[in-house]
Amino acid sequence: MLLGKRSAWRRSALVTVFLLLAAACGDSSVGDGGDDGGGGSNKASSTLTFGTSADPVVLDGALVSDGESLRAIDQIMEGLVTLRPGTTEVIPGLAKSWEISDDGLEYTFQLEEGVKFHDGTDFNAEAVCFNFDRWYNFKASFQNPDASYYWQTVFGGFSDGKTASLFKSCEATDESTVKLTLTNPSASLLPALSLTSFTIASPAALEKYKADGGKVGSDGLFRPTGTYGTEHPTGTGPYKFVEWIEGDKLTFERNDDYWDEFAGNVGKLIFRPIEDPAARLQALQTQELQGFDLVDPQDYQTIDGDEALQLLNRPAFNVGYIGINQAVEPLDDVAVRQAIAHAINREEIVKAFYAGQGVVAKEFMPPEVFGYAEDVKEYPYDPDKAKQLLTDAGYELPVKVDFAYPTGVERPYMPNPEANFQAMVKDLEECCFEVEKKAAPWDPDYLGAADNGQYGLYLLGWTGDFGDPDNFIGTFFQTPQKAWGFDNKAIFDILNQAEQETDQQRRVQLYQEANRMIMEFLPGIPYVHTKPGLAFTANVSGYEPSPVSLEPFSLVTVEGGQ
Amino acid sequence: MLKFIARRLLTLIPVLLGLSILVFAFVHALPGSPADSLLGERGTDEDQAKIEESLGLDRPLPIQYFFYMRNLLSGDLGTSVSTRRPVTEELGRYFPATVELGVAAMIFAIVLGVPLGFVAAKRYLGLLDNTSLFISLIGISFPVFFLGLLLKYVFAVKLGWLPTIGRVDVTRTFDHPTNFYVIDALVAGNPADLLDVLKHLLLPAIVLGTIPLAIVARITRAATLDVLSEDYVRTARAKGLDPRVVDRRHVLKNALLPVVTVIGLQTGLLLTGAVLTETIFAWPGVGSWYLNAIRFRDYAVLQGATLFFAFVVLMVNLAVDVSYGFLNPRIRYR
Repeated sequence: MLLGKRSAWRRSALVTVFLLLAAACGDSSVGDGGDDGGGGSNKASSTLTFGTSADPVVLDGALVSDGESLRAIDQIMEGLVTLRPGTTEVIPGLAKSWEISDDGLEYTFQLEEGVKFHDGTDFNAEAVCFNFDRWYNFKASFQNPDASYYWQTVFGGFSDGKTASLFKSCEATDESTVKLTLTNPSASLLPALSLTSFTIASPAALEKYKADGGKVGSDGLFRPTGTYGTEHPTGTGPYKFVEWIEGDKLTFERNDDYWDEFAGNVGKLIFRPIEDPAARLQALQTQELQGFDLVDPQDYQTIDGDEALQLLNRPAFNVGYIGINQAVEPLDDVAVRQAIAHAINREEIVKAFYAGQGVVAKEFMPPEVFGYAEDVKEYPYDPDKAKQLLTDAGYELPVKVDFAYPTGVERPYMPNPEANFQAMVKDLEECCFEVEKKAAPWDPDYLGAADNGQYGLYLLGWTGDFGDPDNFIGTFFQTPQKAWGFDNKAIFDILNQAEQETDQQRRVQLYQEANRMIMEFLPGIPYVHTKPGLAFTANVSGYEPSPVSLEPFSLVTVEGGQ
Repeated sequence: MLKFIARRLLTLIPVLLGLSILVFAFVHALPGSPADSLLGERGTDEDQAKIEESLGLDRPLPIQYFFYMRNLLSGDLGTSVSTRRPVTEELGRYFPATVELGVAAMIFAIVLGVPLGFVAAKRYLGLLDNTSLFISLIGISFPVFFLGLLLKYVFAVKLGWLPTIGRVDVTRTFDHPTNFYVIDALVAGNPADLLDVLKHLLLPAIVLGTIPLAIVARITRAATLDVLSEDYVRTARAKGLDPRVVDRRHVLKNALLPVVTVIGLQTGLLLTGAVLTETIFAWPGVGSWYLNAIRFRDYAVLQGATLFFAFVVLMVNLAVDVSYGFLNPRIRYR
C-alpha cells in the first residue's frame, strides 16, 4: 500500500518535471517583455503594458472621479470636445464645431458624421442626448456625490429638482446636430465638457448591459446588477475594451474602424495595477512594463541615469498650500498671515523636497491656467520683516499658532508632507512663532478635521480637473468655507461674476483681478506647483503628458514592436 | 475520531459568534466612517449624512449588528462600500491567490527548514549547525520588504531570469476556473503556461517563506536534539538498528510533533500576513484588498474578511490537532 503510494508520487513528480523541461525547451519566447504582437490588427501590432497605481473603480465615466478609472475610460470613450494633447486648450472631439447663443444659454454642436460605436451602432445626435438625459435623470444612489461627482460639480442637480441644475435640455435637431440648453450661462462649460465623465457611450450597450440596473439592498446600498461598467464599456474611441481581470490586468485592443487619426502603433494596450512605486520601477527595468505613472521623485535620478529608460513630466497643474483658518485667533489678522508667509523659506523647501520638479507658487493656481496674474502681491522669505509686522501689530513674540500635517499620504504637490511640515515649523519657530504641532492620518481623519475648521494652519493642496480657474480659486474661495473661516464678500462676488461671464477676455481680467485680491487678502499660503513624472522605456515615443492627465495611447509608438 | 471533529466543529460556533461581536464592535469603533472616505477632499456635511443614511449607518449599532448577522447566516457577507461588489465574490477572487502563495511559501519553508534543522541537530555545535543557526537568524531578522526588492534586483533586473510582478505573464491567456493559477495552468494543459506561473511564484514564495523557514528550522533542531537524548533512541541504536531507520522512524517522526504545531500557526499567519510580499510583487491577493478596506473604513469587507480569516485559522488548527494522532498514536481523541 505504502509502496504503491510512493511510486504514484514518483510517477507524477517525473511527469511534472518532464512537462516543465518540455516547456523550458519549447517556449523560449516566454517572459521577453510582452511585445510579442498579437493585437490582430494590420496597422498596429505592438503591445504596450502600462503600470498603474490601482484598478479602476468601474468603467462608466458618469460614475467615477478617480484617476485610474478616468485613464482607462479615456482610451475607449470620447466627448463632444477634447483637449489638444499636452495642453488645456479645448478642440473639437465628436463635435466638429459649435455655436453659442448670445445669451450664453444655447450650445449648438455639429457632430462628426459616419462615426460608429464599438458595438457597430451609429453615433449621432440622439445618442448624445441619450447620454445627457441619462445623467440628468440619475436617481437614488446614483446621486451620491461620490458617484456622479463631475455632473454635480458642473451641472449641479438632477431632474428631480431637489437642487437647481445648470442643465435644461438636450435636443437632437437633426441626425448630426445637438442643441444643449442651459438654465444659466456658464463660461466653464466647454472645458468641463472635455471631462471624461461627459464622454458619450453607446445607448444600445448602456441598455443591453443594464448600466443603470440594480437594486437597493437590505443594507441600503445600491448594488449594480448590470455588467456595462465591468465587462462592456462601449464608446467610439481609438481602443476597444477586451477584458478586465481585477488586480491583474485590463486589456484593450485597437479599434480598426476608428474615425479619427490613429498615429501610433500600439495594437494591444494592457494596464497592470501595481501599488508599490518601487515595484513599478523594477518592472520597467525588466521591461515587463513599457511605462508607468506616478514616479516617486526619489527615483527620478535612477530613471534619468538609465539609457534604457526615459522620464516625462506633466505640466504643473496643481498647487500645494498652507491653509489658514481665520476662525482661529490670531489668524484673522492679516499682519499675522503675512508674517507667516514671510517667515517660511518656500524656495528652500521646494528645492529640498521636490527633486527639481517643483516651482515656487505665488498664487492659488498654476501659470498654465488662464487668469493667472503675474503682478500679485508676493511675500519673499524675510524673517526680519515677519517680526516687524508682528511687533507693529502689537503682538508679543513668539506668537502661538497651531499647525497640522497629514500622515500616510503622498500627493503630487506633497510627496513628503512630514518633511515639508518640519522645515516650515523650523522656519516659523526660528523667526517668531511658537508652533503647536498636530498630525493625523490623511483620509478620513485629517481631511475631515481640516474641512471642518478644526486646525489653525494646515498643509493641503489641489490638483485641477480641467483648465479653468473656476476649478482652482472658484473651488476654494467662491463661497464661505469652514476650512478657511472667512467671509469676504468682495472675493465671493468677483468669483461669481467671473464664473458667469461669457466674454473670454473679460473673464481673464476678472480672474486676474480675483487673484490679486486673494493674494492681498492672503487666506492661505500657496507654496508649490509640481510636475508629476511618468517613466517609459526608451523605445516608446509619442506620449504627450497632459496637465489634466488626458493622455491617449493612440499617439504612442513602440519601436521594435512589429 | 469523527466524534472529536464534530465536537470541535460545534465549539467553533460560539467562538465565531463571539468573534463576530468583537469584530463588529472594533470595526465600528474605528474613527471616521465610510462616508468620509467616499467623499474624500470634496464632501460636505450634507453629503455625508446622505451617504450614511444610504448605508444604514444612521441606525443604532445593535440593529446594524442584527441585520448583519441575518445576512451572514444566509451566506451574505455584505457588499464592499468602495467597489460595490459582494464581499464573498471578492474573497473568491483574492483568496486563492493568497492561498497559492502561502502554500508555496510553506512548501519552501518545510522542504528546506526540516532537513536543515534535522541535520543541524545531528551535527550539534558543528560547522553545519552553526551555519544553519546563522541562516535562520538572518531569515528572521531580514526585513521582508528589503529582501523582496533585493531578490528582484538580482534575479530579475540584473540576471533577467525571473519576472518581478504578478501571477502570470500578461500575454498568456488561459482560463481561470479555480483562480488557483497552478491548477488552472495544469488543467489548461500547456506546459509553457505552468512554467510561467511557477516562475512568477518562485520569488514571492521565497520572500514570504523565509521567516517560516527560519522558525521551522529552529524548532526542528530543538525538537530533534530533545528526541536524540531519549532512551528509546539509545535503545534502538543499541539493538543495532540501521541508523537511517532510527533517524527516520524514531527521531524525525517524534521530533515533528512540535514542528507541525508551528507549521499550523505559521500557515495561519501566512494567509493573513502576506500584505508586504503581495505589495512588493503586485500579487493580487487579500493583503492589499484588506489594507484598503481598513483605509476606506469598508465595514463589510473588514467584518466579512476578518471572520473568514478567523474561520480559516481555526480550521488549520483543527487540521493540526487531527494530524497529531497520525504522528503520535498515543494521542487519542475523546
